[in-house]
Amino acid sequence: MEKLKKFTSMRLFMPIVCLAAVLLINVITTPGFFKISVNNGVLYGYIVDVVNRASELVILAVGMTLVTAASGGQDISVGAIMAVSGAVICQILSGGQVSVNELAAPIFLAVLAGIVVSGLCGAFNGFLVAKLNIQPMVATLILYTAGRGIAQLITKGQITYVRVESYQTIGGYIGKCPIPTPIFVAAIVVVITMLVLKKTALGLYIECVGINGNASRLVGLNSTLIKFLTYVICGVLAGIAGWVASSRIYSADANNIGLNLEMDAILAVALGGNILSGGKFSIAGSIIGAFTIQALTTTLYAMNVSGDQLPVYKAIVVVVIVVLQSPVFKKFLDNQKAKRNTAKTVAGGER
Amino acid sequence: MKRKVVSTLLCAAMVSTMLVGCGGGADNAASGDAAATEEGGDAAEGGTITVGFSQVGAESDWRTANSESMKSTFSEENGYELIFDDAQQKQENQITAIRNFIQQEVDYIVLAPVTETGWDTVLQEAKDADIPVIIVDRMVDVSDDSLYTAWVGSNFELEGKKACAWLNAYAEAKGMDEINIVDIQGTIGASAQIGRTKGLEDAAAEYGWNILAMQTGEFTQAKGQEVMESMLKQYDNINVVYCENDNEAFGAIDAIEAAGKTVGPDGDILVMSFDTTKAGITDTLDGKIICNTECNPLHGPRVEEIIKKLEAGEEVEKQAYVEEGIFAHGGDVAEVEIDGEKFEVTEVTQEVIDARAY
Repeated sequence: MEKLKKFTSMRLFMPIVCLAAVLLINVITTPGFFKISVNNGVLYGYIVDVVNRASELVILAVGMTLVTAASGGQDISVGAIMAVSGAVICQILSGGQVSVNELAAPIFLAVLAGIVVSGLCGAFNGFLVAKLNIQPMVATLILYTAGRGIAQLITKGQITYVRVESYQTIGGYIGKCPIPTPIFVAAIVVVITMLVLKKTALGLYIECVGINGNASRLVGLNSTLIKFLTYVICGVLAGIAGWVASSRIYSADANNIGLNLEMDAILAVALGGNILSGGKFSIAGSIIGAFTIQALTTTLYAMNVSGDQLPVYKAIVVVVIVVLQSPVFKKFLDNQKAKRNTAKTVAGGER
Repeated sequence: MKRKVVSTLLCAAMVSTMLVGCGGGADNAASGDAAATEEGGDAAEGGTITVGFSQVGAESDWRTANSESMKSTFSEENGYELIFDDAQQKQENQITAIRNFIQQEVDYIVLAPVTETGWDTVLQEAKDADIPVIIVDRMVDVSDDSLYTAWVGSNFELEGKKACAWLNAYAEAKGMDEINIVDIQGTIGASAQIGRTKGLEDAAAEYGWNILAMQTGEFTQAKGQEVMESMLKQYDNINVVYCENDNEAFGAIDAIEAAGKTVGPDGDILVMSFDTTKAGITDTLDGKIICNTECNPLHGPRVEEIIKKLEAGEEVEKQAYVEEGIFAHGGDVAEVEIDGEKFEVTEVTQEVIDARAY
């Protein structure tokens, strides 16, 4: 009993329950949902799709968690930064052409350039937030609106195609490996971030700055630098996500890469049980949140919900999940439990 | 002290913005005058017709081809002066552009609206100035139809009908006895999606096809791929995929091939598409897209036709559709017939692709 209680009061308990609930709907509605087979030499099944398609969101959610924890605000420009990164990479690879069948530059260089540019975008956000103390939502609104314009400028308003097999690896499969590559990318990003946070004091510093920036400064932490760093990391991660997304479609679609994904990333952070006003954070929670969102989308596809109604169902589920996790609701549950307990004792006392 | 400095700076910034803003305004007005006098001069010469064209932007290959068509049709050699305005996807830019056109006293205004609503006021201004307005591509939703002279664009429902008539003829020619279709729709509510979906639904009812599923791919490759992945897992008897544009078709083909199925005339699944961009018909040549129905962006000649009629004082039809063809892999179907009208089917060859501008 004690153990169970300990388990239910764990921070990750609610996010896991929510993910399980979404997946459980499928057991009833789509019996074949959990079937994984090897088809054409690659893993094939709904679950594989969920994990694969959630990769970009997982990468973004990791960055978003750090930004949220340190600055108590969100970076709403990540979707646009993805588009910029995709545009830079494809434009360099195609050498300015609209569609190419041969690489104009080594992939390594192009990707590096894309990620550096995304890092610069992140640094710009970080400068506005950490140095100039502008509200994060307002500061990142600049790139949120301008980012896609920049991407359009880079691609000259066209969809740039790079129809080269080797560029498609990151969004597809490495050689004969049956697992989609985006899963590896997401896993590597998560592992590296976790290692950095655990092995250095960065994680602790971020939490400190998020809980009380002034106090952390007084004890000798450079809170400006730490906030700035989280935005740079967030930008770099958005760049990686943009690389994966553009590799999936071997093109830079400036209008659509990462469209509305920033909202999903924020939602993932919230679903993961993180407080959006900063402070303590859980990367694992955000990752579970990201999988929940993608599982929901895939579930709705599997249930044949028509496209125009999709957002409604998504909203309903999100409302339920958020309410379940809200402190007020938890308190209400606790009160109910306490009442029942008192009723029991009172009843016992009368006897 | 610090506060004082900041406030002084802010004041200075405000004043300078105002100055710059006003200066810019004066500049614009001046250039407007210049254009007006120039235009007046042209009219005196008696040849040149001035056309103001407000374009949405340059978001796709289709749009670029559309702009190109206008620019080449209304060239100086053909006796026109074209004032081209790129609105960068913003309605307010288009409204400003139209007001500028009115100020410059152009002879005709051509508008490719970014949205359907919100045009009443500015079109009324154009009407008051006696300038005919020709709408291209998307429709405008105005309370009074006389606010625009004519509309030129695609008949999306006919596009859908053509594609379906082709499929019916192809199925008969190949002896396909059962047709199980999935429809990857465009962005729900877009006129292209509504027309093309309706074309398919009517045909399915008429010919007894099974529509297994309909899901939006939002006209993008990424969504097309994701939706197709899901559909392939739900149904293993799909033999036709009806994609409502080329980008969705690219995504669907990738998903089908990743699942170990084949596309094309001898494969498991036939992929149909719309738009016929150059990349799209390149896939048609390979047979990956079996049939690609055109959505013609070359509106220039049709608009010129209308302007010529108006110049001659003739009546013009309110709605003019551009001509659109059907491009297919192989020559199994030579022509299709819809409501008594025959449409030729073009077999895609390398020459057809090379001749394609967009």
